Amino acid sequence: MNITLNGDPLDVPGPVSVAALLETLAIDARRVAVEHNLVILKRAVFDQTIVREGDNVEIVNFVGGG
Amino acid sequence: MASDNLVIADRTFQSRLIIGTGKYPSNAVMAKAHEASGADMVTVAVRRVNISDRSKESLLDYIDTSKMFLLPNTAGCYTADEAVRTAQLGREAGLSNWVKLEVIGDEKTLFPDNEQLLEATRILARDGFVVLPYTTDDPIVCRKLQDAGAAAVMPLGAPIGSGLGIQNPNNIRIIREFSRVPVIVDAGVGTASDATFAMELGADAVLMNSAIAGAQDPVAMAESMKLAVRAGRLAYRAGRIPRKMYATASSPVEGLVGR
Repeated sequence: MNITLNGDPLDVPGPVSVAALLETLAIDARRVAVEHNLVILKRAVFDQTIVREGDNVEIVNFVGGG
Repeated sequence: MASDNLVIADRTFQSRLIIGTGKYPSNAVMAKAHEASGADMVTVAVRRVNISDRSKESLLDYIDTSKMFLLPNTAGCYTADEAVRTAQLGREAGLSNWVKLEVIGDEKTLFPDNEQLLEATRILARDGFVVLPYTTDDPIVCRKLQDAGAAAVMPLGAPIGSGLGIQNPNNIRIIREFSRVPVIVDAGVGTASDATFAMELGADAVLMNSAIAGAQDPVAMAESMKLAVRAGRLAYRAGRIPRKMYATASSPVEGLVGR
């Protein structure tokens, strides 16, 4: 299926849970925040939130800044 | 002197120096500079994860979060909506409700858009955030931010990254006098004397990034800033002598030989 991840198109097998998507992308779930179709998710719901065809996902983390 | 910690909202900090995590030559140098600075709060930015290159090391591998409190910022946001969204993402990433709120109004000066800043402060304070807004050195704006629920106000000393030092010392003093919340001079520090000066004016803390990260020896500059902030704070509490036009002798004027 095709989704938009951090503004870019991405082809991933799915539907898939946010937790599984992060695992596929080798991203440590404890260090990121995820927005799914403009809804900011609590970490506790990563398992039960399903990403489907056409969905928009933003994954952010902390970087250096002032 | 008695212990003199920095208290913001419900948290106590040992250090009155708050430093950034951006623009260091390397993460290893940053970690050493953090150590040398004695700071116990550091700012971080919230950005998209780099999906295509996962090899990059994580910033958090170089910050001891058992000692350092993370303060996510909303740097780069130009509207209240963007800043609120970024703050909310930062809250989920860091699991704390603190935010250094930046809403920028202009690319060249990076001066804040105070209208949008006030709006974002109101929204986030209502949402339970501890809001530390980066603002111009305007006493009225600072008062409005405080009324909007800010837990501290962070007037600039000079434009971000400019290293110009405190451009309007009188305003910083007035802001201190007007404020019931801590006043943190944020941005504009170039060298140690700037930090001391800010503290002598009555600032409760100083926040800086470029002055340390951009120095030729960031670790040495971090230590110098630690001492500078302490020196300025001590001088402020000690109470300086008044400025006078003419001399006043330090030695007795009586008992001079041959008079």
